[in-house]
This record gives sequence, structure tokens and C-alpha cells, in this order.
Amino acid sequence: MISVNGLSKRFGATVAVDNISFQVPAGQVLGFLGPNGAGKTTTMRILTGFLPADSGTATIAGYDIFDQSLDVRKRIGYLPENAPLYMDMEVPDFLHFIASIRKIPKLEIPKSMKRIIDLCGLKLVMHKRIGELSKGYRQRVGLAQAMIHNPDILVLDEPTSGLDPNQIIEIRELIRELGQEKTVILSTHILPEVTATCDRILIIHKGKLVADGTPKELSGHESGRSTLWVTVNDKSSNPLDILSNLTGVESAFSHSVFDEKQRIGLKLKAGANPAEDVFQTSVEHGWMLSELYHETATLEDIFGQLTK
Amino acid sequence: MKDVITILNRELKSYFDSPIGYVFITVFLVLSGWLFYSGFFLVNQASLRAFFDLLPWMYLFFVPAVTMRLWSEENKQGTMELLMTLPVRDIDVVIGKFLASFMFLTFTVFLTFPLILSVTALGRPDMGPIIGGYLGAVLMGGAYLAIGMFASSLNENQIITFILGVVICFGMFIIGESFVLMRAPGSWVPLLQHLGIGAHFRSIGRGVIDSRNIIYYLSVIGFFLFLNIKALENRKGH
Repeated sequence: MISVNGLSKRFGATVAVDNISFQVPAGQVLGFLGPNGAGKTTTMRILTGFLPADSGTATIAGYDIFDQSLDVRKRIGYLPENAPLYMDMEVPDFLHFIASIRKIPKLEIPKSMKRIIDLCGLKLVMHKRIGELSKGYRQRVGLAQAMIHNPDILVLDEPTSGLDPNQIIEIRELIRELGQEKTVILSTHILPEVTATCDRILIIHKGKLVADGTPKELSGHESGRSTLWVTVNDKSSNPLDILSNLTGVESAFSHSVFDEKQRIGLKLKAGANPAEDVFQTSVEHGWMLSELYHETATLEDIFGQLTK
Repeated sequence: MKDVITILNRELKSYFDSPIGYVFITVFLVLSGWLFYSGFFLVNQASLRAFFDLLPWMYLFFVPAVTMRLWSEENKQGTMELLMTLPVRDIDVVIGKFLASFMFLTFTVFLTFPLILSVTALGRPDMGPIIGGYLGAVLMGGAYLAIGMFASSLNENQIITFILGVVICFGMFIIGESFVLMRAPGSWVPLLQHLGIGAHFRSIGRGVIDSRNIIYYLSVIGFFLFLNIKALENRKGH
């Protein structure tokens, strides 16, 4: 659905986007993750035709984003960062304006508006000027304008910024629901958000793509191996020697000794979890096992490692 | 075409949604009425000559005020990003915005019709110069608007946009006035006279509608709208 090839963009001396390539198949929810200023917004602005790229190409639904910009823009719903809106317009007027410029047939506009008002929970603010709305409601109006023409592709730049926790959950559920049939690219720097909503994550740092995978794959990433914590009632070096030889264990270290017990950390190879073997071994050697805890690296750890 | 109308509707409504539109109309009418009547009874002539003589000067400050928000506001509020990622061509947006400001200004100028009523009530004015004067006022307004709107595309600060608009409009006006013509090299005079905005207005205002004057204003409008489209494309870096 979306295919990006070697996209680069610089502003003066700073490289905002540095040779980024990725593909998004139809129906995938893709999360752009990265610290502030990583190049998320710039990438989205290029994809939506707001900014030109310095080099590289991209196609959306088979249309080139530079040569067939109008065709691309027709098929995208875009929520820019901070949801810029016409502050002096009333909500229904604004949605009507977007609907007519999106070429929704005149007779179907009321139906489309009703659908989107229900979907985004805008009923209570239908007679207000956008300038009078709270940040959360503006964000919802922004989402409404992005979705009123029921596009196949949604590009959402920080869709949950400014929302309260309840609204965040609502919007995440909405995005997950939409993701069943639509292709969605969203950006965020809130980590739980991507795990909650995305099928796939791209981590961008200083304009470069540093990681690409499902939330699960990323948790087993090089820089974030999981650890198996084992506590046994044997203070000698025996357990350490024996456990470090189990398959799937890369290295073992003694973490601490207390109350006649020893806590051992086993650094695991990617994808391995020899918890059952540890249990078996303990039984064979007559150790009392008082802790067996598999600690996976969180996305926070990986994110921190990759974007240092 | 449909996009032009959609853009035009939104822009036109925004003039009347905020108090600015009404303040503008009121100030324009009060000022033009006051300036006109203050000399009208002294001259004792049933014509709108005094009003039309003042108009290029009034436009100089009023028209950039009408156009200053057209692009500056979009840039400032960030709605430029919204507008430019909607499936609408730059040229349609430019024309839609121009027509909205044009209709607003034309509406304001025609609200001065009580001047015609009072002149016809007090004497027998020659209707030729009055009709010509209004036609010229509309055309000259269009030219000033195109210039002001182009100025608005260059900056996101409305005050700077306004001043820039006044300066460019003043430049276009003064090059055709005797103040400059008297000092310019002789060979330049015909060209400057042709390029100046005011002379064509006075020519139409005599009641003789010459197609050259109409073509002049349409060219100025076309030229500055073209520059405006180029300024948009330039922002996108094409």
C-alpha cells in the first residue's frame, strides 16, 4: 500500500530524514517511534505531499507522491501535528467544508457527517466555534476531518496528544478498530501507545531508521536480551556453573547472596527461555527454588538503547 | 471549479464571521462619506469626482487590510498544512481566495450607493462618469487585492504583510503619477504612465470605457495571482 524508497530531507545543515526505506502492506497499523526531532513529522509531511523530499521516492496506493500528488492526497486522511484547524469556524461548517473539498457528493454529506460525529464523539460541541474547544475536542475534530471521506490510508501525527486518559483509550480503540480494514501510519513518543495499537513499529533516530519489527520482535532485539532470575538455597558456586551450561543461556552471573540463598541472573539468547530446564536441574540437585522469573526487555529499554 | 467555489464560500464566510469584516465596512463608509461630503457643498457640483479622486489613496490602506490575513493567517495557525494536503490544486485555492476578497471589497464599495442618491437628489449628474467610476473602482480594487494577497503569501506576520502590501501598492500607484513622471527620463514616461495603477482608473472614470484599461487591470491581477501560485510552489520547493 505504501512503499518508501531512500527518502531524504535536509533543512539547511541538519538532516531531518536520512535515507529511509520501508513498505507498509494494506491493513497494517504502523507506529513511528522516536524522540522529539527524530524526523517522524517530516517523514509524514513528505508522504502527505506537504513537503518535498530532497531525494528518494515513495508511492502510496500505486501513485507517486510527487508526480501524482493529487491522487495520493485523495486517498489519504491526514491529521497534522497539533491538529491545526480554522479557529473561527463552527464545527459543522468546518466538517462540511472538508466534506465538499473531499468531493463527497452533496446528498451524502449529511450522512458522512453524522457517521463521523458519532465516531469521534462530537455531538456535544456541534454548535461551538473550534477556537472555543478544549485541546482534546480539537484533536477529535482533527481526527474527524481526517476520516470523514473514509480513506483507505490514515496518517496520524501524534493522534493522542492533548487527550485525557479516557480519551486516549477511546482513540486507541478507534485506531485498532480502523486498523482492521485500513492502513494506518501513526507517530508517537508515548511507548505504551505503540504496543497497544500497532502491528509494527519503526524506530527513527536522528533521521535514520534504527529498528523495524512487531512489538514482540523488538522486545527480543539485540540490545534488549531477556534475563531469567533464579534464586536457590545454595551459596556455593555450583549452581552458577551448572546453570550457565544450560542450552539457551548465554552467560550467568551471581546477583546477590542473602538468607542462605543465592540469586543468579541468566542472560538468555534471543528467543530462548529455559525455565523448565532450570526447574528440572534444581530438582536433580536438590535445590529449593524460591524464584524463577523471566524478565523480558521492555520497549522502553530498547528505545533507550537505540536512541541514546 | 467546484473547489474554487468551496474555497470562496469558506473565505467569504470568514470575513463576516468575525467582527473585522464589519469594522472594515463601517470605517470605509464613514471615511469615504466624510471625505466626500466635506468638500461636496463647497464645490457645488453634482458629481462623485471627489470620491473617485480619493479612492486610489483609500484603497492603498484598506485593500492590504482586506488581504493581509489570506495567507498569513493560514501560515500562522498551521492550517496551511491542512489546506495543502487536501486534494485541491494550488491555482484553485488562489483563485478562490482572490474571488472571496474581491466580492467582499466590491460589496463594500457598492455600499457607498447613498452618495449616488444624494447627488441625483441635489442635481443632475452625468451618469457616464459615475458608472465608469464604479467599474474602474472594482477593477482597480481587483489589482490592489491581487498585490496585497501576493504580499500575504510572503510572510506569516499580518502586520508585516500589511505594510508590504501598502508599499507594493504604493509603488505600483506612484510610478504612473505626475510626481514621478515629471522627474523620470522622457523615454520612460509612456511606459511608466501605462504601468501606473491610477491613470487607468481616471481614464475609465471619465466614462469612456476603453478595452486597453480593462486589459491592463486584468493583466495586473493575472500577473500577481501567478506570482502567488509560484510563491506557494516555491514553499513546497518544486
